[in-house]
Amino acid sequence: MRHLLAIEQLSREEIEAILDRSESFAEVGRRDIKKVPTLRGRTVVSLFYESSTRTSSSFELAAKRLSADLVSVKAAGSSVEKGESLKDTVATLSAYDPAAIVIRHPHAGAAQMVAGWTSAAVVNAGDGKHEHPSQALLDVFTLRRRLDSLDGKRIWIVGDVLHSRVARSNLIAFQRMGAQVTVCGPPTLIPREIEALGCEVSHSLDRLGEADVVYALRMQQERMSESFVPSIREYAARFQIGSRRLGPRQLLMHPGPVNRGVELSGEVIDSPQSLIGEQVAAGLVVRMAILYELLAGGERPEPVDDDGVAEHPTPIGQPA
Amino acid sequence: MSLAEVLDMRSGEGANAILRGARVLDPAAGIDGVHDVVIRDGRIAELAPPGAGLAAGAEEVEAGGLHAFPGFFDPHVHLRTPGQEHKEDIETGTRAAAAGGYCGILAMANAVPPVCTAADIGALRERARAEASVPVGFLATVTGGMRGEELTEMVDLREAGAVGFSDDGLPIVSARIMRRALQYQRLCGGTLALHEEDPELSGEGAMHEGAVSAALGITGIPSVSESTAIARDAALAAYEGGRIHVQHLSAAESVETVRSAKAAGVHLSAEVTPHHLCLTDEAVRSLDPGRFKMNPPLRAEGDRQALIEGLRQGTIECIATDHAPHTAEEKEVPFEQAAMGVTGLETAFAAIHTDLVLPGTLELGLVIERMAGGAAPFGFERPSLAPGSEANVALCDLSAEWTAGEDGYESRSLNSWCAGRRLRGRVLMTLAGGQIAYRLRTFSLGVAR
Repeated sequence: MRHLLAIEQLSREEIEAILDRSESFAEVGRRDIKKVPTLRGRTVVSLFYESSTRTSSSFELAAKRLSADLVSVKAAGSSVEKGESLKDTVATLSAYDPAAIVIRHPHAGAAQMVAGWTSAAVVNAGDGKHEHPSQALLDVFTLRRRLDSLDGKRIWIVGDVLHSRVARSNLIAFQRMGAQVTVCGPPTLIPREIEALGCEVSHSLDRLGEADVVYALRMQQERMSESFVPSIREYAARFQIGSRRLGPRQLLMHPGPVNRGVELSGEVIDSPQSLIGEQVAAGLVVRMAILYELLAGGERPEPVDDDGVAEHPTPIGQPA
Repeated sequence: MSLAEVLDMRSGEGANAILRGARVLDPAAGIDGVHDVVIRDGRIAELAPPGAGLAAGAEEVEAGGLHAFPGFFDPHVHLRTPGQEHKEDIETGTRAAAAGGYCGILAMANAVPPVCTAADIGALRERARAEASVPVGFLATVTGGMRGEELTEMVDLREAGAVGFSDDGLPIVSARIMRRALQYQRLCGGTLALHEEDPELSGEGAMHEGAVSAALGITGIPSVSESTAIARDAALAAYEGGRIHVQHLSAAESVETVRSAKAAGVHLSAEVTPHHLCLTDEAVRSLDPGRFKMNPPLRAEGDRQALIEGLRQGTIECIATDHAPHTAEEKEVPFEQAAMGVTGLETAFAAIHTDLVLPGTLELGLVIERMAGGAAPFGFERPSLAPGSEANVALCDLSAEWTAGEDGYESRSLNSWCAGRRLRGRVLMTLAGGQIAYRLRTFSLGVAR
């Protein structure tokens, strides 16, 4: 794996390899010393053109846990605000000879373009409404831990599918791991011809009971002014996942941040069925695994002593 | 009247040449055979039996195994002049046209600023008479500044030589303004060439709305954004007795709308681009805006098939490139942010020959007829190889293989939808408006006897 640009480009085996690697980092995370020397002396650039809390912080912490040097660039307050093109920004940052560039951008295909302009490994941390592959991987990781396998499981993705990169990446990832996916929402928020991706489409929650997992998406207030829904109140009445709609054996997921009382009721967020907290925790280890697979693939992580020297430094520099 | 008489080009000597033993194909003139094409003083003097044509004083071209077609006519080119000469100008754009076998082109008015006044038209025509390799005609905008609010001085513009009117690049949103333009057309003549799109439906769309846009998460432009606009303007044209030309059809619904409007007696014509005939939205999966982002967008396979069938049936009478040069900076950005448009003059014939003629989808003769079919909707004489006609010839080697862009482009811009593609069939030489407008560098002429 040279870059992580889209789930679409990963086979089931490649997804499983990242999940297995994530498990070993989860084990590292239970040790006193959570840091491994794998990427010591190498640089990871985090380049975020959109605001982000969990994705940027978990990628940055993942890079630090792997002992990489981290350069974090946010569009606000940077040369981007002065009109520098993406190509020039990437050229500038590439001068630091980074091993990886993690990029979040408001437009589809940005990460792929960056991959053509740099020798660094490129990680797509979200490109427009297109893909968010690390989110899909952490969601599959979270589910696999709970369910052992996604084979034959039914997963409903509910809400604003049209504007959601998470929906697209997860739809592909869940299916690739053997699950059956239904997307559900009002017709205005379901992309035309999405069935071509292999999922079913529902415009009501009537059959939600068949789902093993309910994956709710964030519903943004501005969808009302854009007339995608008549009102948030009506949307919530028809599509909110609340305790009356969620059965006791169904698992609940959400990529965050949640609009409490819109797509999810307060009580289901805090219920034992909710995996939302586990998703966030998984974000760190899965993103460590992604960086590891791209930059050091094939080697096992080892803990380091407090002085930062491992007994057997992990060979680096030869991507698998 | 011949193209050189009604359009503008650089003055020069009429060609004296003989295309020796060419396979001459001009279905509209009923010509299909091997002849010596004798060109004297810029006109087709005779189609002589092979070897019989007298070459005294003429350049002799060994054309055995080559095809001579009537020159192509492109009613839809962006020459980016005035204002964006860094993308294209009259000299480079007409050279690109000549390299593609074109003997006449029409330039759209969406320059910066738009071509809105008689003085603008006069200045462009003067430059064309100094710089153009092939006859070129200039359209003026329908509305002032392309703002869609008030009509340009259409009568004055026609008198200054505007060959027609178009706000291409933007639709005419107001039905009231569209109706007024059709009414005024009765006074000034000139075809109204229409970019049909309902911006309310297109919104922020950057590609065709369908399975591929669903997969890519890029906002789609629905087919009905085009077809509903055509339906409105066809109804207005019928009501006012106007004459409209529908530009760059892209959707199956649009072909059907044009077909039924024609059946109802509306005076309308339609064009389709080579890229809409050869590609679908599947190409957009590459997320490469340089080659695959344009408006209207590449649509689904069913749309492409409907366009091919419409071209075959004559619902669509001509192929137009919508040659739209853009800078690298405007294309080296993520797909949704990139400028819309691709260049196509230099590859139009080769691409259609490769993708549609060689596999047997379209007959060569039909393609040749449609490649020159853009003249008639604007009232110009169809390029012809019949003796007595002005010399407008595209001499092609149908077996030549080449890669688009391998030797650069005549166009100033690089955003060819064919860039890097292997093509079969190449224009070796073009005569336009009676003059030799182009010859491929590696194609040498024989010595005059």
